[in-house]
Amino acid sequence: MSHTTATPISEHDSHDEHHGPSGLLNWLTTTDHKIIGLSYTITAVVMLVIGGALAELIRAQLASSNGHLVSFAQYNELFTMHGSVMIYLFAGPFAFGALANIIVPIQIGAPDMAFPRLNALSYWLYLTGSITMLLGFFTTGGAANFGWVGYAPLTSSLNAPGAGADLWIGGLMLTGFSAIFTGVNLVATIFYLRAPGMTMFRMPIFTWNLLVTAILILLAFPVLTAGLIMLYADRHFGTHIFSVAGGGVPVLWQHIFWFWGHPEVYILALPFFGMATEIIAVFSKKPVFGYKGMIFATISIAALSLGVWAHHMFTTGVVLLPFFSIMSLLIAVPTGIKIFNWIGTMWRGEIWFSTAMLMSIGFLITFLIGGLTGIYLASPPLDFFTHDTYFVVAHFHSVVMALVLAGMGGLYYWGPKITGYLLNERLGKAQFWFLFIGTQVFTFPLYILGLQGMPRRMAVYPLHKEWVSLNALSSVGALLIGVSTLFFVVNIIVSWKKYPAGDNPWDAQTLEWFTTSPPPHHNFYRLPQIRSERPTWDYNHPEHKSIAHGTHEE
Amino acid sequence: MDSTTLPPQGATTSGRTWRRLRALLLLPLSGVLLSGCTLPNFGVTKGVTKSSVNVYHLWQWFSLGAALIGLLVVLLLAYAFLRYRRKDDKAIPKQSQYHIPLEVLYTVVPIIIVIALFVGTLIVENPEVANPRTDVVVNINAFQWGWKFAYPGHSVVVIGQTTQSPTMVIPANTNVHVNLTSTDVVHGFYVKEFNFSRYALPGVTNQFTFNAVKTGTYAGQCTQLCGLYHSLMYFKVKVVDRATYDHWLSANRDVSAAAAAASATALQSNTYVPSKSTKSKAN
Repeated sequence: MSHTTATPISEHDSHDEHHGPSGLLNWLTTTDHKIIGLSYTITAVVMLVIGGALAELIRAQLASSNGHLVSFAQYNELFTMHGSVMIYLFAGPFAFGALANIIVPIQIGAPDMAFPRLNALSYWLYLTGSITMLLGFFTTGGAANFGWVGYAPLTSSLNAPGAGADLWIGGLMLTGFSAIFTGVNLVATIFYLRAPGMTMFRMPIFTWNLLVTAILILLAFPVLTAGLIMLYADRHFGTHIFSVAGGGVPVLWQHIFWFWGHPEVYILALPFFGMATEIIAVFSKKPVFGYKGMIFATISIAALSLGVWAHHMFTTGVVLLPFFSIMSLLIAVPTGIKIFNWIGTMWRGEIWFSTAMLMSIGFLITFLIGGLTGIYLASPPLDFFTHDTYFVVAHFHSVVMALVLAGMGGLYYWGPKITGYLLNERLGKAQFWFLFIGTQVFTFPLYILGLQGMPRRMAVYPLHKEWVSLNALSSVGALLIGVSTLFFVVNIIVSWKKYPAGDNPWDAQTLEWFTTSPPPHHNFYRLPQIRSERPTWDYNHPEHKSIAHGTHEE
Repeated sequence: MDSTTLPPQGATTSGRTWRRLRALLLLPLSGVLLSGCTLPNFGVTKGVTKSSVNVYHLWQWFSLGAALIGLLVVLLLAYAFLRYRRKDDKAIPKQSQYHIPLEVLYTVVPIIIVIALFVGTLIVENPEVANPRTDVVVNINAFQWGWKFAYPGHSVVVIGQTTQSPTMVIPANTNVHVNLTSTDVVHGFYVKEFNFSRYALPGVTNQFTFNAVKTGTYAGQCTQLCGLYHSLMYFKVKVVDRATYDHWLSANRDVSAAAAAASATALQSNTYVPSKSTKSKAN
């Protein structure tokens, strides 16, 4: 590699046009990670809208104490499918399928994912799995109705006889395999396809977080898939794994589910942490503060997350309370490190309040609320009386809405790289304020309702008229969140091919901003020298290298 | 606290020292912990059992920590936003990246806080999940969608579902031992004023003990999704003085059992039981 200038890669390919099919056939047959990633993004955002619409129906039903918008049976389907769509079909695939697919190979200077065909298979499994699960609504028995956690034996063929339950299981298996294949692909890509000079400790935080996420996927998702096979066998092949009558153990499902389910929380969260980290650094014009500490924090979160699953089961009375309590409490430490690193990144920077930055700040504050309320739930005595109340619902909605904020930040930040065009900033900021304020108005009353004793998953609460006003307030918050989505849709229409982005509109730091927007077929015509985790910044600002504490050269 | 009990025969000196040390440390600590009454309530009530008051104080301490840490982060953020807002888009700040002493500080301090929260948790949790000996036992059985409260040895049974929610009568200032089971799916036994809940699991007998110190009638409800009428699975807990309880027990002997038997038969025929799917019949 040359030392001062960027090295062209295979100059004769500079005008390489990929000679494949075009249009619809291209989309159907492509193995290009950027197009697959874009398909993932669009599908996941559609799922977000579907899940959001279900949420608005739930909030409409709960705005009065004896709501008649939907029946009890329909209400159970609503919250089951809301949770399932949001967790299985939106948050996960958006985190490790959509932006990761597009950005990770470019961030490490790779031409594509390690296994492009497997990558395409992942997407098609995800799409078919999503459709399979949603088809439940069109069966005679309705969609799955046992909650997104599907606690046995409510999922047995006796308690949930409909085809909707089987479609839920089938859809989940398909998307589960999709996730496992993506996990394999990400690990192989990150380990084997890094550009010369891109050592492990020069990888951007987003890529690091996706590596850790992918390893967690490989550890956790097969357990869920195994559990689903057991459940299907119980329902159709006469096994008795989860039924007491046949000598089975229903609570085993909870162990299997949460052994996947708690790592899953971090499988969802870590990619969004990575997005926020990149955005905060770029819009503060500084390197990530405590870069290595950030990576060790991510790794310890992942390691701890494998040993905390039973904090979802404190009230079962069949788990060792102190062990799972201290493990869960400890997760607060690396998470706290991340929060202080984010603040440290902004400290003495030049903060540019772009839409992407506002979304990341919104993420930080909302995640702080979700994180602090999570610490209570790690303490069994406090969990006993908040478990299955709206306090828990509020806690994890603070967390996941923080992820939605970060994800929106990711779209505003990386969207121009994928499409070549910027989104309108004024509409973006309007979207941010509706989303951010809506989130707090939506969750805050739910915390209070939980402490006042409102259990979750209630279609009606006729004996508690005093809960109506707080519920109505929460529904207003949900409506504001819905309005924010409209701003996003309008923004896409208004900004359509209007504001050309250029290669590097944000004066960003990582490798994806070195290539064109959108990048060429195999991503790069040339690569800069890679001597830190910020090769593009080093190339553009050779006189402004990162300095460690204690060194005083400017 | 067990920290005041004498060491068993043959305990080693170091064991004894540890016990004394623990007594020295835990006693004042639990005293401070359990008397956080000058703090705000942070949305939680003291409840009506011996444990619920401790849970309330633990909640206060957790909330105090959360409020202080939250405030610190928000103040730091607010300062950064005001002070470091971009004034000149050409300006490039100093590219400092590490500050090891600071990073160590915000790793070590949270670990200390976590240990403190864990110790507080243990102080409240251990007596709460202990099962002291008691003469009042209630067998609680949860089913879709109601509750059965049986008083073994007294032939007293209270049963009710959905709209006719049953009432569990218990004596005040007495350890009441509960054996909690479920007939069908997972249910949640939750009394808000007890600051406590526990799953009713099929195939498992869950045991816990509580001691209600205040007479009155308290609302209870199923908290774990259990199917169609989950929203209507209410019950009540009526805490009365010991004499009233004894009187109630003898007045309802056999009468209630007979009524319950009749009611149970009626429930069985009324209960919504979905027909089995054809596929599951195939096995």
